[in-house]
Amino acid sequence: MSKVEQGLKYTQSDEWIRVEGSVGVIGLTDYAQEALNDIVYVELPDVGATFAKGESFGSVESVKAASDMHMPVSGTVTEINEALQDAPETVNSDPYGAGWFIKIAISNPTELNDLLDADAYEKYCAERE
Amino acid sequence: MKLEPLIYEISVPGRCGVRLPEVDVPTTDLPQDLLRAELDLPEVSEMDVIRHYVRLSHLNYGVDKGFYPLGSCTMKYNPKVNEDAARLPGFAGLHPRLGIDETQGALMLMYYLQTWLAEISGMKGVSLQPAAGAQGEFSGILMIRKYHLDRGDGKRTRILVPNSAHGTNPATTSMAGLEVVELPSDENGDVDLAALRAACDDTVAGMMITVPSTLGLFERHMLEVIEAVHGCGGLMYMDGANMNAMMGVLKPGEIGFDVMHYNLHKTFSTPHGGGGPGSGPVACNEKLLPFLPGPIVAEIEPGDDEQPPLYGWHMPEKSIGRVKAFHGNFGMLVRAYTYIRENGGPGLRDVSYYAVLNANYVLALLRDTYHVPYDRFCGHEFVMEGRWKDAPGIHALDISKRLMDYGYHPPTNYFPLIVPEALMIEPTETESKETLDAFAETLKTIAREAHENPELLHEAPHITPVGRVDEVLAAKQLVLCCVPIPDWAEQPPTLSTQSA
Amino acid sequence: MSYIPHTDADRRAMLAAIGVESIEELFDAVPEQYRFPHLALPEPLSEMEVLSELYGLQAANASVQDFSLFLGAGAYHHFIPSAINHILLRGEFYTAYTPYQPEVSQGTLQAIFEYQSMLCALTGMEAANASHYDGATSLAEAIIVAINEARGKRRKIVLSAGINPQYREVVRTYLQGQDVTFVGDDRVRTPAELLELVDDQTAMLAVAYPNFFGQIEDFTGLADSLHSQKVLLTLVADPIMLGLFKSPGELGADMAVGEGQPLGIPLSFGGPYLGYFACTKQLVRKISGRIIGETKDNRGQRAFVMTLRPREQDIRREKATSNICTNQGLMALAAGIYLSLMGKCGLRTVANLCYQKSHYAAREIDRLPGFSVDWSKPFFKEFMVRCPRPVAEINARLLEDYGIIGGYDLAQDYPDRANTMLLAVTEMNTREEIDALVAALEEIAS
Repeated sequence: MSKVEQGLKYTQSDEWIRVEGSVGVIGLTDYAQEALNDIVYVELPDVGATFAKGESFGSVESVKAASDMHMPVSGTVTEINEALQDAPETVNSDPYGAGWFIKIAISNPTELNDLLDADAYEKYCAERE
Repeated sequence: MKLEPLIYEISVPGRCGVRLPEVDVPTTDLPQDLLRAELDLPEVSEMDVIRHYVRLSHLNYGVDKGFYPLGSCTMKYNPKVNEDAARLPGFAGLHPRLGIDETQGALMLMYYLQTWLAEISGMKGVSLQPAAGAQGEFSGILMIRKYHLDRGDGKRTRILVPNSAHGTNPATTSMAGLEVVELPSDENGDVDLAALRAACDDTVAGMMITVPSTLGLFERHMLEVIEAVHGCGGLMYMDGANMNAMMGVLKPGEIGFDVMHYNLHKTFSTPHGGGGPGSGPVACNEKLLPFLPGPIVAEIEPGDDEQPPLYGWHMPEKSIGRVKAFHGNFGMLVRAYTYIRENGGPGLRDVSYYAVLNANYVLALLRDTYHVPYDRFCGHEFVMEGRWKDAPGIHALDISKRLMDYGYHPPTNYFPLIVPEALMIEPTETESKETLDAFAETLKTIAREAHENPELLHEAPHITPVGRVDEVLAAKQLVLCCVPIPDWAEQPPTLSTQSA
Repeated sequence: MSYIPHTDADRRAMLAAIGVESIEELFDAVPEQYRFPHLALPEPLSEMEVLSELYGLQAANASVQDFSLFLGAGAYHHFIPSAINHILLRGEFYTAYTPYQPEVSQGTLQAIFEYQSMLCALTGMEAANASHYDGATSLAEAIIVAINEARGKRRKIVLSAGINPQYREVVRTYLQGQDVTFVGDDRVRTPAELLELVDDQTAMLAVAYPNFFGQIEDFTGLADSLHSQKVLLTLVADPIMLGLFKSPGELGADMAVGEGQPLGIPLSFGGPYLGYFACTKQLVRKISGRIIGETKDNRGQRAFVMTLRPREQDIRREKATSNICTNQGLMALAAGIYLSLMGKCGLRTVANLCYQKSHYAAREIDRLPGFSVDWSKPFFKEFMVRCPRPVAEINARLLEDYGIIGGYDLAQDYPDRANTMLLAVTEMNTREEIDALVAALEEIAS
């Protein structure tokens, strides 16, 4: 059973976002990293790029699959996790911690209300098992 | 078996594998400022090269070596006469830019092949230009797109694709700028008719479907499917990858398909070449004729008792355009021509008869040992599951790898996606009963091993030159080239102003 | 039934095992009214009969065996060492398919890895794929890469009219459903003029090296200027020329694509050829087609495997950027063998022979009354000659009276180049052939 961390918000496309004031930290959920298996590559955007909610900001690849990463909410990229370029496996080992992808300046906090909370996401994962 | 060093690793400065003539004309100074400084190619003798590639060939498996039941790829025997035919000097030494008067032999061959492929499919016209099945598909979908646009119907942007489809079908649709609508299959492996009918509206450009399906089954509601799509104004595309089950059995054009592609490297015995070249002619009915990729070969002056007709090029009036430089993979066309000519109509029907007989025979031998999810008469291939409840931890891949230890090429794994742990077996008509018996026996042995000694499968293959390879390492380290490439950013280009 | 081994006894036993009386019963799901149509095809022939028919057909073609050839325009008559064909005819190579199972495909995998490496060395690029269909589709795939690299936000492509006209047709066919604009090739433009068409909507600029007229254009500063505007540069390059001349990598290209046919592949009326495709490491995850990578097996040995697979259609399906599956694998093997045989020294020699002979031919033709060679830019193995008469007329005479296949009539694609012949001279043209061509042109013009 994969781990769902309390206090985060989740998308149906398996991203999580941790809100720290006006900043959002975004990553891939434990459920998704397990499904992908060994992650070999993470593609990240440039700092300063702006994306709308739902838009693809990067991608993640294993040897058997690839998937796009989507913005849980709209925002501008303020920081990217450079360490993932050399150690993409961090997404497997620590998806909610060192395996984060990007930090954004959230442009429309009301969009957060559309996201799943931990319990709802856990239920959503269970449905897909 | 010993592995082979890289060609660069046997390179010795000063060697060369070819002797070229001296310059026999008065010389001209080379423009020094345009020349490169280095050229990091290997330096080896001709014999080094021969031994290197012969040794590499020993590490390979091909149809000439043994049974290759790779589903959906039709790995039949490749007649040797085909190779000689394509290498005849009047074909191999023919420049593609020559005029029609200098190429009548080639044009006549292509004209006949177009005609025969139209006859076999029940279609009205054929373009031989596409280089592979995927390019034939792409041509066909662009034709459908343009057909609707030409009628002033711009809202048809969706292509229906069953969830059992080859990956090329959805990829083709996206490449053509259209939207994929995935259709579910019903419990019998056929298209879910209710879902299809619900999806059919005036935004549907067409539907792509493989016949027999990727499960190896003849769709039982084929006529209803075609009717539903035509009923909403869409066109029907047939993925012809499985034509080896269809020749003289069913003409796609007669049951209402509008356009399809062939894979000459599957159905018509042209070799697979370790990944290609293939050839993917596209065939269509009257409606789509003006949209074929071109130019195609046409009779431009009729013949008489004395003279054969004059063949030339014709660009269909509303053509989607050219999909490839020149005229398609001509060498493959010569091989396919040779094969059709050797078989004739009854011979081609026999090809399909025996391809289907062989597949049903192997299915009959294995259905008690392996679970066959959609078990009825199959076409030229069938799909079974490589897993058992009482052999946990065994995957289709383990069975495939173990087959190598017994000297077989594995079937197709993990396709179609709607069957868990799929093993897709396509024997082809050129395999004998003895080969099929021995193969089925081996699969039964492996099933026993899976239950009694699963480690044997997990560690397989044991006798191949290399064992299971680390795909994660390959993707992470990404070594795609063994030559150091200079960092050009540090050595800015020096191409200077030119002097005449 | 020559390729079907079944005896009557086999068939009966197999039908019995299946539990049917006849093969026909196996087709019960095929709609009855359409089942078993007649195939109106010619009667079958034996192997010797079919060969005899094919001899007749091939003899009705004007091949390089019977004529001396000065025609190029995208397909070239170069020397093919015998060793290549002998390797290509090994069943282990040509009767295999895509190396999905690395344990039994190391031959193909290593050979293609080596091909990729030699192609990288030749083009000065860091990565190459296992091939596209031909030079034209390779260019189309490069455009798709450029658009994706710009995340679909830049959809304008600047093309030089110096790129093979057929390639420019093909890329328009490929992109017709994708809302892409092509500019620049409505007339012949210099690289500087092409640069003026670049704007913030431009994803890529493509030029040919040499161009369709055989000329080596001046690309100084082109790459820097494009890169400062985040535009990619693609060079369509002749691989034989790269034996002597600066590589696309050195010229700052992001992608090098082109026709690999000159690398040991016969003319064969236009195919099968080889679309080669090379790029910088930065773009490698955006490119389509098969790519072979080095790895290790579970016994610790070096091994090769198809890598970056999730880009491909069978995994990514509608999200894949290309539908390519079957490629031109055997042709890539041929090119790999060719480059091994030629090596560092041989390829330079071939390129030098082309350069020397074409320049000799150009000088001799230029001397003829009524003919003038275009010396405005350096050229490699092809050059333009202004002729005193229509090219078609001259070519007809050359063929009929002298056994010579003349050059390409440029007016077919470039209306402003009437009476302009594009002649190709390679290492295959001896001095005698060149002199005969010159003498014939002189006679025809007089």
